[in-house]
Amino acid sequence: MIEIKNITKSFGKQQVLKGVSAVFDTGKCNLIIGKSGSGKTVTLKCMVGLFEPDSGSIEFDGRNITAMNFKERKEVRREIGMLFQGTALFDSMTVEENVRFPLDMFTSQSESEKRDRVNFCLKRVNMENTNKKYPGELSGGMKKRVGIARAIVMNPKYLFCDEPNSGLDPKTALIIDHLIQEITQEYQMTTVINTHDMNSVMGIGDKVIFLHEGLKYWEGTNKEILSITEGELFDFIFASDFLKDLRRRAKF
Amino acid sequence: MLNIFEIFGKYLLLLGRCISRPEKAQMYWKETFRQAHEIGIGSLVIIAIVATFIGAVTAVQFSYQLKSIGLVPMWWMGSILRKSMILELAPTISALLLAGKVGSNIASELGSMRISEQIDAYEIMGVNTPAYLVGPKILASVVVVPMLAIIAVFLGIIGGWLGGVAGGYFSTAEYVRGLQDMFMTKDLNIMLIKSTLFGFIISSISCYKGFYVEGGAIEIGKASTQAVVMSSIVVIIVNFFVAFLLL
Repeated sequence: MIEIKNITKSFGKQQVLKGVSAVFDTGKCNLIIGKSGSGKTVTLKCMVGLFEPDSGSIEFDGRNITAMNFKERKEVRREIGMLFQGTALFDSMTVEENVRFPLDMFTSQSESEKRDRVNFCLKRVNMENTNKKYPGELSGGMKKRVGIARAIVMNPKYLFCDEPNSGLDPKTALIIDHLIQEITQEYQMTTVINTHDMNSVMGIGDKVIFLHEGLKYWEGTNKEILSITEGELFDFIFASDFLKDLRRRAKF
Repeated sequence: MLNIFEIFGKYLLLLGRCISRPEKAQMYWKETFRQAHEIGIGSLVIIAIVATFIGAVTAVQFSYQLKSIGLVPMWWMGSILRKSMILELAPTISALLLAGKVGSNIASELGSMRISEQIDAYEIMGVNTPAYLVGPKILASVVVVPMLAIIAVFLGIIGGWLGGVAGGYFSTAEYVRGLQDMFMTKDLNIMLIKSTLFGFIISSISCYKGFYVEGGAIEIGKASTQAVVMSSIVVIIVNFFVAFLLL
């Protein structure tokens, strides 16, 4: 479980997070949604340690990382896997080298153990037989899969995904969403997903947190979200293609 | 807008963060060798071509002037060329070439990694990114640039011999006599000090420029250009001070 308590973050004079608190449950896909500029990415980056919040605390299973020193934080980071919006695969490395990099850097496993783990992770995301390819040779969906394989190779307790299906066609986006959901349940990870895709919300949103102008505006499940009839969240939902389509169908 | 003290402070902090205990030494060595290969082998051809022709043109122009004076024996050309190559031309010209080639390459590589969140990916894994991404580049550069300068000296001297003999300014025997005359090891030491410093300057400034890129493709291009310009200027200034202090 991850708990953020009253976190604030400013860049210069602009306050992006104005005191966000939330709990992200283990074994569930916790989605942070909101318009562009609502503070989703900053929240996620504060949680993974790329940004330092100005105030507030972030607890990973009771361990407050904002109060930790650099060395202690590094230990927590080993338990984190992250899928980036643009996948952030290392261009100069093959698929296999990308996935095995954390194993090479942080473990003393034998060559065969590492190879087995890499092959297992690649197989898990249906990317076997691509070991020797470079990221430049892969499609967007394939890159995301490799990104997931790299994120889970160290068997993390926490998985963060920043816009996991941006730039993907709807079918591939659905596959990636379900892959993340399966992995979350299979390994009982605490998964936090940043998205503004309502398909993802409806498909895998076990818990949904809606941010608006740096504050938590709403929290609930994907079932509950459809009962919203007014306010910022309502505007957000009906601005999305998914529900526009539903509404159109309902009309005719 | 950062002022010069803030920039220098940020640069020093980046260098400070490079000095830390590696998570796994073997990975750092692997990266250092990869960088050394890229900087060394990747720059060998251009250094070889430029050094050979610089040697040749220096020999031809000096000989032409010495001949017109008429009072200086032509075997001096070997000495003059050796000293010029060791003390000035090989380390400085190599450094300026490398500032262009290696400097821009380092800045754009790190800049692209920053923009595409690859550096963030390393950070989240728990890798000390300055130590892993910047440290090996600086170490490789500090080792490889003096090696390239030594190669440039040899090829420059060969180029000088080819140019001078082909132009009929001196004979091979005269040139070899000059090369052997008044050789001082101090000159070699100065060349090694210079090129080591130049290697450090080029790589560290370029890493700094690339590591802190913000924005997109245009900013990467700007960082790359700034890395080349800044490294070249600092190389030229440091070149003067080293000569001034050590000669």
